Amino acid sequence: MTARPRPNRTAPGRGLERAARAAAWGCALAATLPVAFLVGYLVYEAGPALGGGLFFGDVPALPAILGQRPVWDGIWPACAGTLALVALTSALAVPLGVAGGISLSLFARGRRRRLLRLGVDVLAGIPSILMGLFGFALILFLRRTFLPQANTCLLLAAASMALLILPYVVGATAGALDALPDAMRLLGPSLGLSTWRTVAGVLLPSARRGIFGGVILAVGRACEDTAVILMTGVVVGAGLPSGLFGKFEALPFYIYYTAAQYQTPDELTRAYGAALVLLCLAVGLFLCARAGSRLLEGRYGMGEMR
Amino acid sequence: MPLVFPPARRAPRGEALVRRAFQASGFAALLAVAMVFVFLVVFTLPMFTSGGIFAVLSPVWNPVRNQFGILPMAAATFGLSLSAFALAYPLGVGVCLFLNGLGPRPAAGMLRAAVRLMTAVPTVVYGFVAAATLVPAVRGALGGSGFSWLSAMLVLTLLILPTVVLILDGQMAAVAGRTRLTATALGLGPGATLLFVVLPGCRRGLFAAAAMGFGRAAGDALIPLMLAGNAVALPRSLLDSMRPLTSHIALVAATDSTSLAYASLFACGMILFFLTAGVNLALAFVRRGAPPGEAP
Repeated sequence: MTARPRPNRTAPGRGLERAARAAAWGCALAATLPVAFLVGYLVYEAGPALGGGLFFGDVPALPAILGQRPVWDGIWPACAGTLALVALTSALAVPLGVAGGISLSLFARGRRRRLLRLGVDVLAGIPSILMGLFGFALILFLRRTFLPQANTCLLLAAASMALLILPYVVGATAGALDALPDAMRLLGPSLGLSTWRTVAGVLLPSARRGIFGGVILAVGRACEDTAVILMTGVVVGAGLPSGLFGKFEALPFYIYYTAAQYQTPDELTRAYGAALVLLCLAVGLFLCARAGSRLLEGRYGMGEMR
Repeated sequence: MPLVFPPARRAPRGEALVRRAFQASGFAALLAVAMVFVFLVVFTLPMFTSGGIFAVLSPVWNPVRNQFGILPMAAATFGLSLSAFALAYPLGVGVCLFLNGLGPRPAAGMLRAAVRLMTAVPTVVYGFVAAATLVPAVRGALGGSGFSWLSAMLVLTLLILPTVVLILDGQMAAVAGRTRLTATALGLGPGATLLFVVLPGCRRGLFAAAAMGFGRAAGDALIPLMLAGNAVALPRSLLDSMRPLTSHIALVAATDSTSLAYASLFACGMILFFLTAGVNLALAFVRRGAPPGEAP
């Protein structure tokens, strides 16, 4: 830090500065108060819904979780659907994304690196509804060619969602590897380790927190995105996910659907409960990711993960 | 950065294979972009072959009479995203100025944490709560159904604000670090430094934040779907109901209809694809000239 000079009260721009300060305060309040209101309102409205009944309705918890008895007036099927979707999406996107990040950070230089980087950026910018449209087109294509009975399903939704989160995983992995000191990168080759040993035994473990943080953020996106699954097989009232090729329920879609179609105040309250559960899930994942990346700060002089 | 894997003289077994696999996996993202694009093109083709390209560029959407004009939706996308952007951008710049010196430091720290947390709020939650609070408020205060351009615009502003703030804040911090000593030596106070040195020095960050914010606004489907009323018409006032390209895709795909209707969907998708890909190409171009460590 440097010493601050005494403010010069006659300096030009002093009035402008004061106006800017007031405007900045206004912006800060205008940005945060509506969000605080929205969250506060949600918590207030969701209050009556909270409790075991929100998830399972009248059914006892254990048979409901195991799927022995169907749940009609609870959000458990939607939660289970979201969990299944996220697990399947991660299984598809994480290995490919981490490999892509390794490739980008360690194996690509010059023009090729710029090209790959551009691919990641463009993919990250494509709206999620287009990923949904892509999944939808894939089914139309399969129906016309060699699978006339193909229909939208859990696997298709997970594949489309994997496209959505792939760039986040690639970006986080490449960023974490880029932040490793040169000595660490040269350790493997200097000991005569094979490429595989260097990557899997030295570099990935050293960068694991950054990668972990990025993966958790990506999982958060997969939890909350509605536009992708909207077009690729989510429904209301499917019960627990029945398999890769079955329809499924999901929390964000349940909220979206109930907002437009609710019949009774009870249903609306349950949707508030579902929204609060989804919000807690998303914020919890986000905080996990932040905590993971914060442990990394200062270790290799890596900046904060953005 | 040194090249990590110099060619070994006596390569262990499978070495070449491992390397080739790693090198190939980098193309996954590029391949995904290409796949999305090819599918969009292939499925829009029926529109071209049946002479429907002019049919798409018409203001009338009436599937019953085989009229598939998507102009109202394109206009709605531009209107909605530009207006939300016009609100969110100055707000975001103001927030960044607050974060980087115009606000008291403890408040700035809290605000930064809050803005980061805003990135985690699910879109559907914003839409759901706004449908229960903002929409009736708009209906009560200004008339109409409340499901309008105005409601969607206000919530979309909140949605893209963190994007604008976090990108610009990152660059502001970098530029501030580089110029602080010089500006202080010239006798500028912290406020004046921020306004007259740092802010003009953030040209790249200002552009990147604008581009990413606009791209986010144009690509969101849920907010207009839940709040804008979904009527197919050229919106003429902020209280009109509208249907942007994104929600149009979601709504039409949900209903079973003819293949020509589907083809027009993919035309909508093409417009969105070119819009967002164009934004990212422009960004990559800007990023190329940036000094290391300050790429937005």
